[in-house]
Amino acid sequence: MSVALQVSDLRLAIGGVNVVDGIAFSVAPGEVMALVGESGCGKSLTAQALLRLLPRQVRQTGGRILLEGEDITALPERRLRQIRGRRISMIFQEPQAALDPLSPVGAQVREASGLASVAAREAVRRMLAEVGIADPDRRIDQYPFELSGGMCQRVMIASALISRPAVLVADEPTTALDVTIQAQILDLLRRLAAERGTAIVLITHDMGVVADIAERVAVMYAGRIAEIGPTAAVFSRPRHPYTALLLAAIPRLADEPKSRLAVIEGSVPQPSEYGAGCRFVGRCPFADARCNAEPPPLLETDDGHFSACWHTERLA
Amino acid sequence: MLRHIAGRVGQAIVTTFGVLTLVFFLMRLSGDPTLLLVPQGASAHQIAILRHQLGFDRPLIVQYVAYLRQLLQGNLGMSLVQRMPVASILGSRIPYTTELAAGSLVVAVGIGIPAGVAMAVWRGSLLERSLAALVFAGQSMPTFWSGILMILLFGVVLGWLPTSGVAGLPSLIMPSIALGALSMASFARMTRIAVLDELSRDYVAAARARGLSLGAAVVRHVARNAAIPVVTVAALEIGNLLAGAVIVETVFAWPGIGQLAIQAIAARDFLVVQAIVLFVSFVFIVMNLLADVVYAVIDPRIRLSS
Repeated sequence: MSVALQVSDLRLAIGGVNVVDGIAFSVAPGEVMALVGESGCGKSLTAQALLRLLPRQVRQTGGRILLEGEDITALPERRLRQIRGRRISMIFQEPQAALDPLSPVGAQVREASGLASVAAREAVRRMLAEVGIADPDRRIDQYPFELSGGMCQRVMIASALISRPAVLVADEPTTALDVTIQAQILDLLRRLAAERGTAIVLITHDMGVVADIAERVAVMYAGRIAEIGPTAAVFSRPRHPYTALLLAAIPRLADEPKSRLAVIEGSVPQPSEYGAGCRFVGRCPFADARCNAEPPPLLETDDGHFSACWHTERLA
Repeated sequence: MLRHIAGRVGQAIVTTFGVLTLVFFLMRLSGDPTLLLVPQGASAHQIAILRHQLGFDRPLIVQYVAYLRQLLQGNLGMSLVQRMPVASILGSRIPYTTELAAGSLVVAVGIGIPAGVAMAVWRGSLLERSLAALVFAGQSMPTFWSGILMILLFGVVLGWLPTSGVAGLPSLIMPSIALGALSMASFARMTRIAVLDELSRDYVAAARARGLSLGAAVVRHVARNAAIPVVTVAALEIGNLLAGAVIVETVFAWPGIGQLAIQAIAARDFLVVQAIVLFVSFVFIVMNLLADVVYAVIDPRIRLSS
């Protein structure tokens, strides 16, 4: 199986603390891979690192990012500009904020195409039609404020995919949209990934979105991957206590009315509170001395299903 | 859009009327100009005759109504001191003031906007700190001081530039710098804040994710968005430059409106002072209307929503 994107041992530091600490995963062409976790777990920084667009205060302290086999971690900015938008691109959480309010949407899609005027207009028009925008001839010259949030996200997707990149990073692409639009956008992403062979890295905190679209999922906790594997396997047989508790916390229609919501006791540790061992130790029902002392390695528990826990067998 | 502009014009007329009324009565609180017009040793009778001729013996409210009536006919009246129509006195000064304002605007915009953009884009660098020092200097040096220092250095010691008066482009340089420095600081600060604000927005990250360099993103996207607050500042600053050159014009003996204002106030030349107030109000009205039009040109949300 070929690989569109391979991340190994990615470490990102703010100050002296590794807020992303040894993340590794790979995505195949046409595959949707979800990075799921709470705010502050490092998933958005990971997304920014993939495009080499990290905030200034964040340093990469280790790891490699291979885009179609090429290591892009050490490339100079000039080379990176040729890669961004062409071979790896990104869509954002708030589509209306991610579009320049003063520039027609078609012009912003064209910007990513690298094409000159006449050919570009036709290419943009086709791309807008492909992402399901009705009446692209009219929409192409409209401004973001004239379009709905869902339509703006379609425009963003068009601009991200017009140059046929190998990888699309989607950072919470549906969080700001209402539920019916959310489903349409997810359908669109899934269809485009399949049709065009685009690998999608989906950043989300929403287990429902993961279940809906992702073939594989990596559950992140406090800058590390807790568990990674095929979505169906992770959901049906979680091998990490954090995943298990997360899934148990999803409210269900069958729940008794007015019953208490399940929660994970405690809160996510701040980077300054990270200890030597497992970072979930303060909230984990299985925690013991070893968990406090030594970080658990990410080990394969089933076929393609990995978990970083000393007590995996207790969840079997 | 047109209705919006009409509303603004209506507002401006009311404001101008209020200011004019205030100035009319305030000026008359300072006493009546008859005493300044008669030669020393004139008898009380002669003064009374002159006062009657000039109409200053009438009740204030009658004088006020007469003034407004005359104004509505487009007549600014005659200067008491110079015995000339106020309109032609003002007319002879406006070109100088405009010239100085234009020179100052070149200094203010030419340095202020690039400095503001650079301070935002290279935030935290040595360049930013050097420019901040320049802006701080422009903002804090009083013009009567910086003007005189410049005259000393470039006019007297080095002899590169004329010390004062109007003599072509060289004579415009120092007053433009003295007057433009404060505006330059306003432009630089506003531009810096506006650009910083825009740089933090998602659309900049999105543009960079499409492969644009930071510079290209600034030119293609940030510049227009950041221009909106800068236009607001520009309207005010151009108004200030046209109206607020009193000190600089005095220091450099520049025969503009500011110098005229000082002379007219000292001589209680009421109609000239009132005409200057009218002119200044007019300048601010026009600048604000222009700013409204420019907003609409820049921002489709304003242009298309009305």
